[in-house]
Amino acid sequence: MKSLFKRHYIKPALTLVFGLLMSGCASIEPWVQPYERENLADPIMSMNRNPVASSYTHHAFQAREGARGAEGGAGGGCGCN
Amino acid sequence: MGQGAVVVAINNMPVIPRGVWGLVHLLPPYNSKDFGERQYTAKVLPLICLIVIMTWCATTQAAVLPQERSDAMYHSYQGGGMSIDGPSILLRKNIGNSVSVTANYYVDTISGASIDVLATASQYQEERTEHSVGLDYLRNKTLMNLSYTTSSENDFEATSISFGLSQDFFGDLTTLSIGYARGNDEVGKRGDDNFLEQADRQNYRLGLTQVVTKNMIVGLSFENIADEGYLNNPYRSVRFIDESSARGYRFETEAYPTTRTSNAAALSANYYLPYRASLYAEAKVFSDTWGIDANTYKVGYIHTFTDDWIIELRSRFYSQDKADFYQDLYQRSEEFNFRARDKEMSTFSNVALGFSVSYEFRFSAANWLKKSSINLDFDHVRFAYDDFRNVLVDAPVGDEPLYEFSANITRLYVSIFY
Repeated sequence: MKSLFKRHYIKPALTLVFGLLMSGCASIEPWVQPYERENLADPIMSMNRNPVASSYTHHAFQAREGARGAEGGAGGGCGCN
Repeated sequence: MGQGAVVVAINNMPVIPRGVWGLVHLLPPYNSKDFGERQYTAKVLPLICLIVIMTWCATTQAAVLPQERSDAMYHSYQGGGMSIDGPSILLRKNIGNSVSVTANYYVDTISGASIDVLATASQYQEERTEHSVGLDYLRNKTLMNLSYTTSSENDFEATSISFGLSQDFFGDLTTLSIGYARGNDEVGKRGDDNFLEQADRQNYRLGLTQVVTKNMIVGLSFENIADEGYLNNPYRSVRFIDESSARGYRFETEAYPTTRTSNAAALSANYYLPYRASLYAEAKVFSDTWGIDANTYKVGYIHTFTDDWIIELRSRFYSQDKADFYQDLYQRSEEFNFRARDKEMSTFSNVALGFSVSYEFRFSAANWLKKSSINLDFDHVRFAYDDFRNVLVDAPVGDEPLYEFSANITRLYVSIFY
């Protein structure tokens, strides 16, 4: 079963993963065009609208809770960060 | 795998340039009578490589540096017997088109004492000062940043250095970011000049934001943190039954493991409503090697009035299970190798309700000044503990009421954008 899986799927899967990674560097035909990103660029859509206040708020909670990390988003994503 | 399957699979790739689609038709037709699947794959592979290499070479668009701004903030935390306040100044300035520098000065002035300290010591007053500097460098779609932070108290010194990298993909609809930070703590103890302990910390971060529609962004972030060294708070104690004592119990020093590894993952979404308002939500899970499991949920609504006012309403819910070695009351001294009665290690939950009000204005007609804003953020938080008892109340040992308290967190700040 394992060899069957290997024969049928491993190479094509690796090829597609490779293709996905390589195509990641492209900037082409986005389904949301640059001129359609006005709403996304609005500050009210930012996950970190005011860094000075949000870093303090994270600190205030983190000091009183056991959990930590994964604060805030990666930022941007719409070419307007 | 036949040609149809190849085409379907490539169709599912996030973005392929329209001109490259034509190349897919160059793929040879699959016919099992002519050759086996292995041979077919070998024949198709170079063509797929050609497609992805052409994709790789497609045009690029530049990402942007963070917005230039300066913020001056007064912050205050009042609750649980503690009063902490002070200023924070954040400056960000671009140098040319590809470099942005930032500096932050932050002070906590702490007075009073939490219940942990009141049970075993007297009130105190101290100050923590934090300085950080950072540099962002933009090259095409890649944004790199480096920052250095120091924090200083009379009994605690911390330094950390952080490196991050973010890259836009797929027509700038996706941003992938990775980060690494390393920190070192030097832990002292008031009244004991010979007490000096060390702890090291390493953070690994991974983040992804994705534009889903022209009105929606989702984000996924993950962070692994590994600590090693002295991880106790030197002022916290555990209590154990001692019938010879007047209170029926006594306190002794906590003993934590010297390593801790944690993982946190968060999923968030922001949605733009039709009338210049937005909704956001975030869910986060956390787990560590001390046995603490936690969940955090946040929701918020941001509304605008005219072009000048932004109002935000939000709610946050947090809950956690205790560390494996946490107990409110031990049966005897040094009952276990690891012992904690730090309420942050207990089972508890908190609920926060908050709002923000921002007013944007322009106090100068100078060309370099784009806009200014004055902002007030306020959150009221209620903490309720499931296995941390209030020993300040006179009651039979182990039957004291469960502890709870509320706190107010205020941030008042002025921002200028240039």
